[in-house]
Amino acid sequence: MATPNTPLWEVFIRSRNGLAHKHCGSLHASDATMALQAARDIYTRRGEGVSIWVVPSNAITASDPSEKGMMFEPAESKIYRHPTFYEVPEEVGHM
Amino acid sequence: MVAPSIKVSEAPLMLYALRRADDALILGHRLSEWCGHAPALEEDMALANIALDLLGQARELYSYAAEVEGKGNDEDKFAYLRDVRQYRNLLLAEQPNGDFAHTLVRQFFYSAFADLYWRAMMQSRNPTLAAIAAKSEKESAYHLRHSSEWVIRLGDGTQESHRRAQAAIDDLWAFTGEMFESDEAERGLIDAAVAVDPATLKQQWLKTVTGIVAEATLVLPKSVWMQEGGRHGRHSEHLGHLLSELQSMQRTFPGVRW
Repeated sequence: MATPNTPLWEVFIRSRNGLAHKHCGSLHASDATMALQAARDIYTRRGEGVSIWVVPSNAITASDPSEKGMMFEPAESKIYRHPTFYEVPEEVGHM
Repeated sequence: MVAPSIKVSEAPLMLYALRRADDALILGHRLSEWCGHAPALEEDMALANIALDLLGQARELYSYAAEVEGKGNDEDKFAYLRDVRQYRNLLLAEQPNGDFAHTLVRQFFYSAFADLYWRAMMQSRNPTLAAIAAKSEKESAYHLRHSSEWVIRLGDGTQESHRRAQAAIDDLWAFTGEMFESDEAERGLIDAAVAVDPATLKQQWLKTVTGIVAEATLVLPKSVWMQEGGRHGRHSEHLGHLLSELQSMQRTFPGVRW
């Protein structure tokens, strides 16, 4: 239940060293300390993580879904931005 | 048909493991009663997690008690087929959940002890108890952190949460003394460095508790009179009710399995 005393937090978990923290969900908590504990209790019960970030949801600036056309469609017609037109020399190996 | 209680031979080492197993089982069961009822989903999960940690500790300790006893009992028989007077847990563990503040204060008093206790028990000369301690210590450290943070927020929260947290401390304080007691049965184990003398943990426990309680703007009662009896099977009325629920299936359908 959302109450003024327990704002929403976004939870990011790093599953292994070397990987990036990935968003995995959200939760309600009174403050950062409690949010971190709740994240541990809700999202790492099956050994999912080695590190947790919690961020106040209201600190996130999100793109507006109604502006999807303006924001993302122009990129769809520019296939030349994908690196599929290059021959990668053998010697380069795995990129 | 009703399954009768088992006989338990309480030699010192077996009894020692049984007592700690009972603490973990009964407190874990109490916490599990919150499942689906906690004030928020987040805390529902947190309490269930602590309950499962405690249940895991209970299982290892019961299994070890059974092994030491060598009479064909096992973890399930210890949990399901002993009556109230055969239970050896601290009275603190069986106290009813009450409101959220009571549950968290009870957890805080116990975890502040368990954290010190298991850390000290990692030095036990008994390799099984030392191994159980190493696992339990990490769990208890988190239980202490979680319950401490709640005590601080309840005490230093609203007028209502402060009032409830203070009432919980006042109600449960008299059950804390039992944690630091030992008896003849344990003396030999303490002398042999198999067990820790819990009295030696009291100063540090008091320091931790006093610090958190002060930060929470709460006060500890002045009273030094303490309840006892759980270690010898003299329990409050609450344990019988708890066991009747915990044991009803196995008592009614002996040996029933999933």
